[in-house]
Amino acid sequence: MSNCPDILRAALLGTALTTLALPAVAEPLGLGRAATPEEIAAWDVNVMPDGTGLPPGEGDVWTGDEVFAEYCASCHGDFAEGRDAWPKLAGGFGSLDKVDPVKTVGSFWPYVSTVWDYVNRSMPFGGAGNLTPDEVYAITAYILYSNDLVDEDFVLSPETWDQVEMPNVDGFIIDDRAEAEYAVWRAEPCMTDCRDAPATINRRASDVGVTPADDGTMVESPMEALLAKYGGTEWGAERVSGSVYMDGRPDEMAAMPEAAETEAVQEANAEPTAPAAAEPEPEAETGPDPVVVAAGEKVFKRCSACHAVGDGARNKSGPQLNGIIGRPVAALEDFRYSKVFTTLGEEGQVWDMDSLTEFLANPRAWAKGTKMSFAGLKSEYDIHAVIVYLEAASD
Amino acid sequence: MSDGNTTRRGVLRGALAGSAALAAGRAAAESDPLITELQDWTSFGGDPITARPYGLPIRFEADVIRRNVPWLTADPVSSINFTPIHALEGTITPQGCAFERHHSGAIELAKENYRLMINGLVDQPLVFSYADLERFPRENHVYFCECAANTGMEWAGAQLNGAQFTHGMLHNMEYTGIPMRTLLQEAGLGAAGDLADKWIYVEGADASSNGRSIPMEKALDDVLVAFKANGEALRKEHGYPVRLVVPGWEGNMWVKWLRRIEVTDGPVESREETSKYTDVLEDGTARKWTWVMDAKSVITSPSPQQPITHGHGPVVITGLAWSGHGKITRVDVSKDGGMTWETARLDRGSDPKALARFYLDTEWNGEPWLLQSRAMDETGYVQPTKAALREVRGENSVYHNNCIQTWAIAADGSAENVELS
Ligand code: HEC
Ligand code: HEC
Repeated sequence: MSNCPDILRAALLGTALTTLALPAVAEPLGLGRAATPEEIAAWDVNVMPDGTGLPPGEGDVWTGDEVFAEYCASCHGDFAEGRDAWPKLAGGFGSLDKVDPVKTVGSFWPYVSTVWDYVNRSMPFGGAGNLTPDEVYAITAYILYSNDLVDEDFVLSPETWDQVEMPNVDGFIIDDRAEAEYAVWRAEPCMTDCRDAPATINRRASDVGVTPADDGTMVESPMEALLAKYGGTEWGAERVSGSVYMDGRPDEMAAMPEAAETEAVQEANAEPTAPAAAEPEPEAETGPDPVVVAAGEKVFKRCSACHAVGDGARNKSGPQLNGIIGRPVAALEDFRYSKVFTTLGEEGQVWDMDSLTEFLANPRAWAKGTKMSFAGLKSEYDIHAVIVYLEAASD
Repeated sequence: MSDGNTTRRGVLRGALAGSAALAAGRAAAESDPLITELQDWTSFGGDPITARPYGLPIRFEADVIRRNVPWLTADPVSSINFTPIHALEGTITPQGCAFERHHSGAIELAKENYRLMINGLVDQPLVFSYADLERFPRENHVYFCECAANTGMEWAGAQLNGAQFTHGMLHNMEYTGIPMRTLLQEAGLGAAGDLADKWIYVEGADASSNGRSIPMEKALDDVLVAFKANGEALRKEHGYPVRLVVPGWEGNMWVKWLRRIEVTDGPVESREETSKYTDVLEDGTARKWTWVMDAKSVITSPSPQQPITHGHGPVVITGLAWSGHGKITRVDVSKDGGMTWETARLDRGSDPKALARFYLDTEWNGEPWLLQSRAMDETGYVQPTKAALREVRGENSVYHNNCIQTWAIAADGSAENVELS
């Protein structure tokens, strides 16, 4: 049990209280009945960060792999990497301060207890509460393993509980809005001349076009827009539909190459929407998110030994990558591809978001026998960023 | 019709035309057959009583419904929909169109099968039946319930075109319930010792259980264990038969199908208070325990789903304002994107931690408006702009977006969700 009265007191609504007194009350009414120990044991299953509340038992990574494959992988992927729009449970390291952080058990969750507790009571989705303690230990061990937090021979039990270090355990601060925000925003509001310049419209909801239509038909979702542009991709679905519930934001259209912004800018410029005509804002977006492009450029350093992209890019030990999205596999006449690549090209396989994402995650798994001797990019964010960069650099 | 009638009507019409000329802009009209001709409904009988033992809104109101955004979530069993706030008036949200958010679906739990356990650091762990709860002294309070993710899709830019979608994870009901403190005292808090560093952990009976930790001070203050809303039983989708009401705090803590209250000596750090409902800042650290919903407001009409269709002249601008810190003291409205503001009329004042309704009765003559509203609460807090929020929090936040909203009103009276420079 993490017993931290000082922190707690600070959190208690800013009131300087040391002892909470109960208001004077009448005698208990004598309603209800005593809870039996069996009843309490059945319902009181929460596990605290220090492991208090854990039942006896243990589970190892390999058993966890099997159990996970059986009960969890259909939604969360074989390696807990997430399938379609279902939550990712692994990866995302180093993404928390980037655009669109990938919050997983490994990259974000501060305590192992939360995994144990949540899986035990709420998963698998649609059939919760049926796992044995040993299975929950094993699954938890496997999820930790998928996040490179424990070795493959790790056995999770109350005894080994303390050995797991969660990377983001210190990544949380207690609500500091009182100092960071209220102190500033509790002020007399301005009533006239409140802006430096008359307002202009930067963005319009109609440019994104993701609001459901009233006749019950679905308008294009950001996901569909992406699919139409890049071909099928689980990646697009995850990122976009992720939004509030699965994290990430649905308006990632904005971070996508060529998605809707140019139009937004044109319209903002064209329409006399503000009461006074004003200069359009120069920073209205016109291309892919520069932050993502910059991140992708960094990732590309791991490719640039073998690949070039951009103006006048030539083949190196790997083919040049200009205009790779939409380009057929093994399309360059002047590059000698592996057999498997040539065959894929002949079969009409084209590079789209989906295939690129899969390929870059694990090249040899995607095309057994490829000449590209590269282990693959682990982080989904890196993959996304490098693809955005490749597209941006090709222009 | 007799000639006499016609003549009399002719005279009347003349008189009306005269007064219409006085009131500028009021056009002379042809006689309206809805008035001049006998209508079926004026002649025949209507439905007998009890045609519907429990009535639904008349069919002409069929568009005043909850709507969802299918692409938001992977599965409708763990998803959310939105209250049609653009089409509602006053402050009380009818249960039948109040937004739903489930993590594992709306379950059916009969009163006979309902049990509420209190355990942990209490003198006597207890189990209550639903009938037991009805014997405790109870109270009525009106409170808003807002999902922490309300307006969350708007962080990075104007996205959803309608107040229902941008601000509809919101409802406001009159709850009947038992103060949490009463139930805790029934179990006895002697065993808890100093209460200042104690918490309660609350969980639901559904598969998600949605467990949350609440500091004891809040639990003893205004938290309610509620079993009625707006005078009738809770709806299934809102936690029938018993839910928690945590006034002013994020909706996720309002545990539905409440089945257990445990007094603990620390927060459980459940999934809903670590993985979710924490706010990632620009540098990658995340705020936790961001429970209070700060002051916020939105204009519900005119708005994208509620355009101005009546032409030029008088128009009522109206909307909702609320604060988790207490009462709304003032709402200002701007028509020019925040350059100048005028103070709106707060109708019936404001209850603490409840929706307030505001009005600006004004004129519109086809000029383009950039409509905004800005709420102030009794702590002096002024609702911030999105830019101000981003400056403090960066752009990776998901929850607690209480920024000022802008609707652009075009010359034809249509309205659109926009983001300003
Ligand atoms: C049918 C699909 C499905 C299956 C099978 C499934 N899950 Fe889930 N899982 C979900 C959904 C949906 C959520 C999000 C639920 C919510 O909060 O609304 C989730 C959430 C989670 C989370 C929390 C993710 C986060 O970021 O907060 C964990 C951990 C998890 N599941 C583990 C498991 C494990 C372990 C299993 C197997 C025992 C499993 N799941 C089986 C669909 C599934
Ligand atoms: C060690 C050298 C090497 C590295 C490092 C490398 N690649 Fe490759 N890449 C190759 C070779 C060789 C091929 C041709 C594969 C074949 O023919 O099987 C290739 C093929 C490709 C293709 C398909 C091109 C086509 O015309 O079909 C893409 C896309 C690609 N690489 C992207 C990347 C990215 C992105 C990275 C960095 C994250 C990367 N590669 C790192 C050597 C490399």
